[in-house]
Formats: sequence, structure tokens, C-alpha cells
Amino acid sequence: MTRTRASTTAAAIASGDRRTLARAITAVESGDDSADALLRQVFPRTGRVPVVGLAGPLGVGKSSLVNLLTAHLRAAGRTVGIVAVDPSSPFSGGSVLGDRIRFDRRADDPGVFFRSMASRGAAGGVAASTRDVVRLLEAAGFDIVLVETVGSGQVDVAIREVATTRVVVLVPHLGDQVQTMKAGLFEIADVFCINKSDLPGAETAERDLAELASLGPAPDGWRARIVRTSTVVPSGIPELWTAVEAHERFRADSPGHAAEARRRLEEEIVGRVRDLLSGEIAERLATDPALRQLVDRVVARELDPRSAADRLLSATRR
Amino acid sequence: MAKARRAPVRVLIAKPGLDGHDRGAKVVARALRDAGMEVIYAGLRQTPEEIVRAAIEEDVDLIGLSILSGAHMALFPRVLALLKKETGAKIPVFAGGIIPDEDARRLRRLGIRAIFGPGASLHEIVETAQRLARGSA
Repeated sequence: MTRTRASTTAAAIASGDRRTLARAITAVESGDDSADALLRQVFPRTGRVPVVGLAGPLGVGKSSLVNLLTAHLRAAGRTVGIVAVDPSSPFSGGSVLGDRIRFDRRADDPGVFFRSMASRGAAGGVAASTRDVVRLLEAAGFDIVLVETVGSGQVDVAIREVATTRVVVLVPHLGDQVQTMKAGLFEIADVFCINKSDLPGAETAERDLAELASLGPAPDGWRARIVRTSTVVPSGIPELWTAVEAHERFRADSPGHAAEARRRLEEEIVGRVRDLLSGEIAERLATDPALRQLVDRVVARELDPRSAADRLLSATRR
Repeated sequence: MAKARRAPVRVLIAKPGLDGHDRGAKVVARALRDAGMEVIYAGLRQTPEEIVRAAIEEDVDLIGLSILSGAHMALFPRVLALLKKETGAKIPVFAGGIIPDEDARRLRRLGIRAIFGPGASLHEIVETAQRLARGSA
């Protein structure tokens, strides 16, 4: 995509052209070269809106919460872009993306945009391109972006890098699951949401979480808030949003804010370099017979894998 | 310029209208997933407006509609008309359900690209979906 074409696309997205936005998301998702120019164009004006991630085990009600949060925000006049990630099959590469089912009919509301994404092999609860898709939604002018992750367990903390506020959604009686999550998802929670709190056991769950939270604040000084919600007879949704906003304000005022933003971007750059390099190396390996011989020599135990890697890397740098 | 798109086919499966029988739609969704497609399953009781909006936001290559209520002659043409208005009708649509032959002929003339009734083989549905999606690229 040329620079002019990218700026035309960016202008169309900013003006609310939903089809152009949808197609741009596809390009970013698929790693099309055309996406680079567009992302270059939109990047300077991103990083400003709240990006709220919802993580938590399968079936705790993340999609229903996204639906009700969206309704709450729309009633307050805020526009909402949503990315909902579901897993890709490791076998067929296919996926059934079902998060839209829980999303209420808003066929004529231009203030909402809902996009389903398959994880496409990425571990960690979001797809590799989710961060860039969030940027496109911000470029489209949405006030708030919600990211719903793959139903996740202990170590799926990639949402930490994408979201500005992380909501970890749980339900009463998770018991042992809560125990095991102490070391993973729990560390990234800015807000704990105990959903399905119409069920018995919500109070116990809240007490357990409060105890956990009382063990000390996060390194940045924030103490995770705990909110009880229900989506059957909706309750707690305004309180959930209040907790998210409290964290957003804390974050904006926090002295470590700039350093944290820098760390994330640095990590993104390094990750990108890693992807580009490994892609290039894989391609060189596939096409260059001299480099394939390196592998042959490792197979024959004439060379060790580390030395072969060093040589591959220097061959790529040339 | 743009790399050849090797990304998975994206297909929207939706049930327009009021019947609650979604087993067929789910079986097809699963078969398409197993064929490597990304299936956006929109679920029951969708209006034509919601279906077209979902198709646009999800940037799908293909739309599959399932209906068992008998309201296909009212709902399918409405989906096609809206699609044409909003997208220039570039997204192919196929359908499944209880649809009498005479209606099926009329719907094909209106632009539904393939129609599957009871007993259609999943293999045939998947092949047709793949062919239609490729044509839309």
C-alpha cells in the first residue's frame, strides 16, 4: 500500500467507514504487507483510550459482561470497539467464533463495532495481531476498546501487554482453580469481577479474593478492586465500570506510567524483530542449500545446534 | 505489494427469523471449522439487518443462512437486498433448511448461490463453501 493509499484508508476509518475498518482489520490479522503502511499512519494518534481486557476461565460470563458493559457505556454516550478472541484449532486451524451470540442486537448503532478474532496459534489469550487491531479501533474513533480473551487459565497473561486495565472474571466456587491461578492471572488483575454472584458462594469468593488482595498492592501501588456482578438479572455493571475508571485514573497519575508505556513498546519492538528475523531465517533455510547443509551437519552430529544457529544468524545479517 | 492471502476463510453462519432449531447450523459450523475455516457463529433469531452488519464487521468471505421456519421467502431476499445496498453484493450467500424446490429455484435466481436440504452431505456443503469463498476473494 502506498503512503497516499494508506492515508486515504486511515481517513476513511477515522470518518466511520465500517467496511474499510473491517477490511483493514483483516489485513492486519493476515499479516498483509499493506497493513504496515496503514499502521504507520495511525500509530501517532493511538495509545490514548482505555483498553479494557477481560480475562478468566471458560464459561465465567466474559461475553455477557462485554455485552452489558457495552450497553452501560452506550447509555452514557461513550462509543465502544470490541475485539473478542476465541481459540483456533491446533488441528485444522479452523475456529468457531461464538462471542457474538451473547451480543445484543444493535444493528443500527454506529457507536459500536464488534469483531471476532481467532487466536491463530498464539498462546496467551489474545492473537498476535490483537494489539494492532486495538489501534485500528482507536483510529476509528471509539472512546473505549474492550478486549475479550480466550477463556484462559494460569499463565495466559498476554492481555497484560494489550490492555490498560485488566479485569479478571471469576465465578463463585472456583475453589482450587482460584488457588492455582494465584501465580498467573491473579498477578495481572486490576479489577476482580465475581460474576454470577446471584449464585451461592459469592460472598465466600469475595472474602477469599479480598484476603488475597490484602496481601499487598501490585508493584505500581494499585490495590485490585473487587466487584460482584450478575448478568442474568443485571447487577453490578455500573460498579464494575467505576472500578475500571478508578484504575484508569490511577494509572494516568502514577509516576511509573511513562516507564511502563515505554517498557511495553520496547517489548513490542523486540518481539517484532524476533518475528521478522525468525521468518527470514525460516525462508533462507527453505531456499538456500548451503544453509540446509548446516542442518545436515547437526543431524550427523558434526555440528551442535547452537553453533549452527550462530552461523544462520550471521548468514542472515549479511 | 500485498502478500498472497493464506489466511483462513471467514464465514458467517446465522439463523434469520424465529425458529429455534439450530442443530443443523451448528453441525455445518463445526464441519467448516474442521475444514480450517474461521466460523463466526451468530446464533439464533437474527434480523437481516443484524446479519448484514455482522458480515461487514467480521469481513467475511461467505455467509451461510439456516432456516426451518418457512419464512425464507420473506427473509432471504431481504438479506440479499441489504447486502447489495451495503456491500455491492460481493459476499456469496448459501443456505440450508426446509426449502421447497420451487422456492429454491426462485431464491437461486435472486442470488442465493447454493441451497442444501435435509440429507445433504457435509462433504458437499464444505466443498461448496470452499469454492464460493475462493470465488469471492
